[in-house]
Amino acid sequence: MAPHDPTQDDTWRPSASIATLQRRAELIQDIRRFFAGRRVLEVETPALSHAASSEPHLQSMQVSGPGMATAYLHTSPELAMKRLLAAGSGDIFQLCKVFRAGERGKRHNPDLTLLDWYRLGLDRQALMSEVGELLTELLAARLAAPPRVITYQQAFQDYAGIDPFAASPAQMEAAFRAHVNEDVVGVGEADWPDLLLSRVVQPRLPADRLVFITHFPAAQASLARLDAHNPQLACRFEAFFGGLELANGFEELTDRAEQQRRIEAEQAARQASGLPCLPSDVRFLAALQAGLPPCSGVAVGVDRVVMLACGQDEIARVLSFDFARA
Amino acid sequence: MATYSTNEFRSGLKIMLDGDPYNIVENEFVKPGKGQAFNRVKVRNLKTGRVLEKTFKSGESVEAADVIDTDMQYLYNDGEAWHFMHPETFEQIAADEKAVGDAAQWLKEQDICIITLWNDVPIAVTPPNHVILKIVETDPGLRGDTATGGTKPAKCETGAVVKVPLFLEEGETIKVDTRTGEYLGRAKD
Repeated sequence: MAPHDPTQDDTWRPSASIATLQRRAELIQDIRRFFAGRRVLEVETPALSHAASSEPHLQSMQVSGPGMATAYLHTSPELAMKRLLAAGSGDIFQLCKVFRAGERGKRHNPDLTLLDWYRLGLDRQALMSEVGELLTELLAARLAAPPRVITYQQAFQDYAGIDPFAASPAQMEAAFRAHVNEDVVGVGEADWPDLLLSRVVQPRLPADRLVFITHFPAAQASLARLDAHNPQLACRFEAFFGGLELANGFEELTDRAEQQRRIEAEQAARQASGLPCLPSDVRFLAALQAGLPPCSGVAVGVDRVVMLACGQDEIARVLSFDFARA
Repeated sequence: MATYSTNEFRSGLKIMLDGDPYNIVENEFVKPGKGQAFNRVKVRNLKTGRVLEKTFKSGESVEAADVIDTDMQYLYNDGEAWHFMHPETFEQIAADEKAVGDAAQWLKEQDICIITLWNDVPIAVTPPNHVILKIVETDPGLRGDTATGGTKPAKCETGAVVKVPLFLEEGETIKVDTRTGEYLGRAKD
């Protein structure tokens, strides 16, 4: 097969229409106006860092060049933003490109636009309401009903027919097969909850309203603090629309020692799956030591919101140039 | 032994699964933001044509299938095998009934077909999308009836039976789409 010659086809053209790019620009303005109206400060934090993501499922891109030591592109601005919060910034938001190695598909592009914001003194519930208000403003035309809030456990019971806190890996596999007639390759015991969520639960969520899934298992707490009344649960929520994951939020973990334990556990998990253990942001831990005020924060996938607002099914259709054309 | 990681998956890639060669028809990347990534793939068994879906944990590797598609000219059938020739190297190859399958009914001498070779052995034959065939057997034509839209079966020189308009006669040549088996029109000489 002859090598593809990109000067001979139309891949110089944008993967989105100009009309979509205009709509995208309006939505970005709407987001900025939303936060200006609430006196949330817009900030910028470095895309290029000496530290990499320690999360087992987020892979940082390495950057090198003449005269520089290896650095990493951020997969999310959350740690740097929490350092600002610890330094007394007050409520902040950021719109930025983040970079995630290996994420490419119909709904994924390796560089994507994230909206991250943090609110002091707000709990998970209050922040979820604010996420609902923003998304309702941006997606008004697509929403036929007010948001539905459902726990992780209830979502699994309703849509996959199992209790995710009680089911064994074998029962989870059986639930998967009952809904999805497919063989699986390389799926380990610990992978079933994510596979069930993305292939069984998500596709069955209502398609006419936002759905918030709350009370994730503690094992998936990430950077959320655990529920004060039930340490099996994390103060974490996600927002979905029509099966598309739009946002992930936390009532933030502020305990330095607990955060350090989690980072160490993540590094151990990375090592166990043969992933590189890269330097993590020790200054983030120092900021927690200095004191992160009680707050909640959330990240929204802006490209996906634009997809929904524009009625597009592929992320490429809302990016000026998707990675294939970049 | 060459292998592919799931992050190299794309449609058209040939991989080995359970001892058989497969073609990736569709590859979808699925990943919760904070969670494990998976590749949901639709694959076609190149020997049987059967399509199935599988979910791979991303990062898994699979063996590459040594499969190539090559254009070859159909020569003749000796009663057991169908013989093809490479139009430039003149190299000849014989495909058995399993490899030829349903394509047999469309094979006309000298037509260029796609032969799928797995480890140099033919496992599938794809006829040209359009073939020109002579009608060897059909009911007498209804003269002048070009408008009613009725059809009748017509047996072609290669053995295929095609639904054709009522006015066509034995001995006429027609153009047929081999992917659907549909009559496309009379062939112009």
